[in-house]
Amino acid sequence: MSTLVFLEHHEGELQKDSLGVLAKAAQLGGDVSALIAGSGVEGLAAQAGRFGAAKVYVADDPALEAPLPQPRVDVAADLVRRHGFETVLFGATVLTADVAAGLAARLDAGLNWDLVDLAQEDGKLVGKRPALDDTVYVDVGWKGEPRLALIRTGTFEPVESPAEPEVERVDVQLEDFSTLAKMIEQAHEESEGPSIEDADVIVAGGRGLGGPDNFALVEELAKALGGAVAATRAVVDAGWYPYSTQVGQTGKTVAPRLYIAVGISGAIQHKVGMQGSNVIVAINKDPNAPIFEYADLGVVGDLHEIIPKLTELVRQRKAA
Amino acid sequence: MKIAVCAKAVPEQARRIDPETKRLDRSGEQTLNPFDANAVEEGLRLKGDAADAEVVLFSLGPERSLDALRKALAMGADRVVLVTDEAAAGSDLVASSYALARVLEREQAELVLFGQQANDSDGAVMWAAVADRLRRPLISQVAELTVSDGAVRGKRQTEFGYDVIEAPLPAVVAVSDAINEPRYPSLKGIMGAKKKPQETVSLSDLGVEGERAGESGSRTEVYALGEPPPRGETQRVEDDGSGAEKIVEFLLERKAL
Amino acid sequence: MKPSDFPPPFDVSEAVARPTDPEDERIEVGVAIVGAGPAGLACAIRLGQLLEEAPAIAERLGDVPVAVIEKGKQPGSHLLSGAVVNPRALQRLFAGRKRLDELPFYGVVEQESVYFLTRNRAARIPTPPTMKNHGNRVASLSELGRWLAAQAEEAGAMILPETAATKLLVEHGRVRGIRTGDKGRGRDGEELPNFEPGSDVLARVTVLAEGTQGHLTGAAIETFGLAGENPQVWALGVKEVWRVARPLRRVIHTMGWPLRAGAKYREFGGSFIYPMGDELLTLGMVVGLDYRDVELSVHDLLQELKTHPLVRKLLDGGERIAWGAKTIPEGGFLSLPKRLHAPGLLLAGDGPGFVNVPALKGIHYAIETGALAAEAAFAVLQRGEAVGRRGALASYDEAVKQSFVWRDLEQVRNMRQAFGRGFWLGGALAGAMTASHGKFPPGDARTEPDAEQELIRTGRARRYPAPDGKLTFDKLSSVFLSGNKTRDDAPNHLRVQTRVAPELAELWARMCPAQVYEPQDGRVEVTASNCVQCGAITAKGGRLTPPEGGSGPEYTLT
Ligand SMILES: Cc1cc2nc3c(=O)[nH]c(=O)nc-3n(C[C@H](O)[C@H](O)[C@H](O)COP(=O)(O)OP(=O)(O)OC[C@H]3O[C@@H](n4cnc5c(N)ncnc54)[C@H](O)[C@@H]3O)c2cc1C
Ligand SMILES: Cc1cc2nc3c(=O)[nH]c(=O)nc-3n(C[C@H](O)[C@H](O)[C@H](O)COP(=O)(O)OP(=O)(O)OC[C@H]3O[C@@H](n4cnc5c(N)ncnc54)[C@H](O)[C@@H]3O)c2cc1C
Ligand SMILES: Cc1cc2nc3c(=O)[nH]c(=O)nc-3n(C[C@H](O)[C@H](O)[C@H](O)COP(=O)(O)OP(=O)(O)OC[C@H]3O[C@@H](n4cnc5c(N)ncnc54)[C@H](O)[C@@H]3O)c2cc1C
Ligand code: SF4
Repeated sequence: MSTLVFLEHHEGELQKDSLGVLAKAAQLGGDVSALIAGSGVEGLAAQAGRFGAAKVYVADDPALEAPLPQPRVDVAADLVRRHGFETVLFGATVLTADVAAGLAARLDAGLNWDLVDLAQEDGKLVGKRPALDDTVYVDVGWKGEPRLALIRTGTFEPVESPAEPEVERVDVQLEDFSTLAKMIEQAHEESEGPSIEDADVIVAGGRGLGGPDNFALVEELAKALGGAVAATRAVVDAGWYPYSTQVGQTGKTVAPRLYIAVGISGAIQHKVGMQGSNVIVAINKDPNAPIFEYADLGVVGDLHEIIPKLTELVRQRKAA
Repeated sequence: MKIAVCAKAVPEQARRIDPETKRLDRSGEQTLNPFDANAVEEGLRLKGDAADAEVVLFSLGPERSLDALRKALAMGADRVVLVTDEAAAGSDLVASSYALARVLEREQAELVLFGQQANDSDGAVMWAAVADRLRRPLISQVAELTVSDGAVRGKRQTEFGYDVIEAPLPAVVAVSDAINEPRYPSLKGIMGAKKKPQETVSLSDLGVEGERAGESGSRTEVYALGEPPPRGETQRVEDDGSGAEKIVEFLLERKAL
Repeated sequence: MKPSDFPPPFDVSEAVARPTDPEDERIEVGVAIVGAGPAGLACAIRLGQLLEEAPAIAERLGDVPVAVIEKGKQPGSHLLSGAVVNPRALQRLFAGRKRLDELPFYGVVEQESVYFLTRNRAARIPTPPTMKNHGNRVASLSELGRWLAAQAEEAGAMILPETAATKLLVEHGRVRGIRTGDKGRGRDGEELPNFEPGSDVLARVTVLAEGTQGHLTGAAIETFGLAGENPQVWALGVKEVWRVARPLRRVIHTMGWPLRAGAKYREFGGSFIYPMGDELLTLGMVVGLDYRDVELSVHDLLQELKTHPLVRKLLDGGERIAWGAKTIPEGGFLSLPKRLHAPGLLLAGDGPGFVNVPALKGIHYAIETGALAAEAAFAVLQRGEAVGRRGALASYDEAVKQSFVWRDLEQVRNMRQAFGRGFWLGGALAGAMTASHGKFPPGDARTEPDAEQELIRTGRARRYPAPDGKLTFDKLSSVFLSGNKTRDDAPNHLRVQTRVAPELAELWARMCPAQVYEPQDGRVEVTASNCVQCGAITAKGGRLTPPEGGSGPEYTLT
């Protein structure tokens, strides 16, 4: 099997999710190559080698400076056509989703999205994915090649396997329509922390906090963890926290790697907004709170005791 | 200006995948994909009072979709073109984007708008495939949109912050749900919706070959359906003063710290 | 302390207005029907049939001869019933057009049992005559409503879902139509960016078919002085639909446990368990809202009922797939308005109270009165008579009085006991008395409004089972199953005083099946977006007003 992994980068760093997908590709076996497209990105090739790419194609061109999808579709399509990759994998982001779908159209190739695993079964590549708000799990496949896949954010961890990759520069030839969209302003983070949809870690506060002032407790913990703060409808209704942070049926749906629920009963309307989280930790003084039915770790106790201590411990670990 | 809005009817509730066909069960009540209401709203806003502007809805789906799509007409869209064909059932991205591109080519809209995602399949990718097939520039995830001097300018949010992207018309733009608050249809609008033009076209009307549509035109397939893996047992601890330590231990064990 | 000590901050004048939209913005229709329930839809279908044969009249009525205004997201979204349906009125409505087996029924009732329950036992008692259902059909009213709506559309009616009628338009002593509710207001009533004002809908004839607790019906009864001899009283029904492992093949009614026999409690009601084909069944608990215990919760009583061996066995291995709640008018014949019409206005269905209480039946009366209302409206339009003339629509009252509806209700009127006690105790008086050795029925007949009952506290809540998420459920997960996804910042449509006696705060908190009320430091916190619009609050000291169209539950199977 020959696999091409599209590597996304930002400010001179390859993105962790892309590297995680690379590690998965290496684990699946066969020839694993990577594609880095950008301007002044040659230096990133070595990084890719360290995470499992035997070969790295580098498309380095000023026209690829801005993170826009269409020129990247041209580059990837060209590469796939020339080398006949059987599989092309993407770690899902705003940019790569557009690249993958554009490529699917260009090559009339099947694209499966939202995969949380890939496996060889009876000689076939099978994608595993949750669907319909994670209520069902589906095994999906491809008719013919190349097989394109978008892997859900945060699914695979990068694995270091030091190697010198073979690096090949590829020619960049772009379609006329691909360069029509122009980046006018590429801004960086405007807010202080990640928004709850993008956050890797969410600390959510509920009515158990007792009052708006106590949100400082969850804010401190979120800061220590580098995460964002979310809230339940009960506290948003009470005016303790803004609606933009509400998670649940009538708020946002989130699926961070870690969700810490503080003083939240865990009503189903809240659950449907966060059950896709990878690890759920709940702190609640009521041993019968519904949140304990779906948390991975449930601590029965007073949040006022536990949270400050936890924040301190996390700070210490991060400092160390 | 002609503004095309691609929109889809999705199941109202009780969403399930039919274990036989392995397709989404579309037998229940259908509704306009809520994210498409943002695209319709944006189209109507751009159209404004311009008498020569038109907002046209394009959809690929079963005939019954019309009932749901009428909501967009009630909001103020001018007409609907529905591509409907038995042979299109089970279309994946490759097949759907092909049929959509063909019907859009027929109409030559200056601006093609999409919603943020279809809330049944959650791909959030259709626009990129359609833009490629139409060979037009694309801006996706747009939270602010302006059109002037034959160009669109969109502000969008990515994982890294806000970008501003500009493209000449004709162009494809996918809006995010942050872009606006869709209007409620007025009662007059609802009552008038039924009388607005609602055209259905078949694949052969568009010259879409059978092998490019439905399951034969699709390049993905579903092998098996299953239950989500159990979350695993909840590990439960009573806080005896060491609750915080226990959490840290757990997080380290799960590599979540 | 009684709920009526804290009357709701609501005045009926709020629900009555003159047309205010400028002439050219008014929406003109022929007949405006409020409510897409069995009454309203039967009215629309019958009008369609009559107009089909009289195209000249249809022409005169304009672009929209018949409009049905429905607040639910879809027709059927706000319909909930048992339901065992007597097909009589449907047969008449569809005579020569549809056969009964073309209607969405789950089957014919062939067997039935009535039980008197104690905590662990079930004593079978003979089926009292009013509870006999042989030959009737089982249906989900929500499904039947969707089907009827499709028929009404086919017959030419325009159905306008997601639209609440919030005001009755009255001018010069006659009803001119209705005003629909605004959309896009914030929690404090402020206009949001997508605010869309309501419209005046003017009609030659307005038919109110709002069902139980009709908001405009109440306003009309007051405005036109139509109130009957007795005040209206209600019962609250909470029901669930289950997918079951083994088919149930009979209709079951129970009485007794978990309700208590003591006269002071005034706990009148019982349960129904109906098969819905081989795979589904529905079960519900109905309790008269003249109960007194502040801790009584019909939702929790239904949960308790399911722990009874008789019921648990039926549900074993099954899964709950739907839930909902609604009130039933129980005043019967003596609570009917003294007239069913006013100038330009007709009342049909549950709104005026056409329910046969000892038989727990209202659907066929709703359909029949709806169809008769259509005929009366058509007759006036055909004669080209001034609809607003006093008595122009009186032929409706005559027709209802000639119909089986009147005969049925009048017949049971003399069972005064029956009216006092509702379906179970009224209908099954004899059986209950035998089985309970005379403890049932407790108390006297009901002639006082539900909100006039003195409240008591007896520690009832201790017995409610803790929700286990499999057999027994809490209110919030139930509301979720109702499909309610009302936006959080919708304005509050519930009129209650928020500083009330603690007993009343607790009564509301327990009574409300949707967990809307929460006592908090001497106040009542109201989370209006949870509301499933069952109407119980109107019976017990508050007032449910029509919320923003399209909000509330989205029932499909109830
Ligand atoms: C149509 C609809 C839509 C809804 N949408 C949403 C939504 O989008 N998001 C949402 O969150 N909810 C939503 N809800 C509301 C939801 O049902 C719950 O009411 C809400 O989530 C409860 O919030 P909570 O957990 O903060 O409060 P509560 O349920 O009051 O829970 C507070 C918890 O804190 C615990 N606690 C108290 N003190 C302490 C302490 N000192 N230490 C530790 N624990 C303590 C208590 O034991 C309790 O479990 C919706 C409801 C409906 C009907
Ligand atoms: C649970 C589920 C999972 C699926 N997974 C895949 C998969 O991994 N790969 C695959 O190829 N197919 C998949 N499909 C099939 C997919 O539904 C079709 O490709 C569909 O036509 C497009 O859905 P989308 O998710 O790409 O739409 P999105 O990309 O989420 O839709 C974005 C916007 O495109 C527009 N749009 C989408 N569909 C239409 C349409 N039919 N008509 C008009 N406008 C439209 C709307 O404006 C919408 O807001 C899946 C379907 C289901 C039900
Ligand atoms: C638990 C329970 C069990 C029952 N069991 C049976 C049974 O087995 N057999 C039987 O025959 N009967 C039964 N009934 C009674 C039966 O359901 C009613 O008699 C019947 O539904 C009445 O029909 P209707 O059309 O008058 O009102 P509804 O069915 O209540 O319909 C009224 C409609 O009007 C709409 N509406 C109301 N106000 C407005 C407004 N202002 N603006 C817009 N729309 C509005 C509502 O949303 C609703 O859709 C039962 C009732 C309950 C609650
Ligand atoms: S608030 Fe709504 S659901 Fe609760 S009792 Fe009142 S009407 Fe019923």
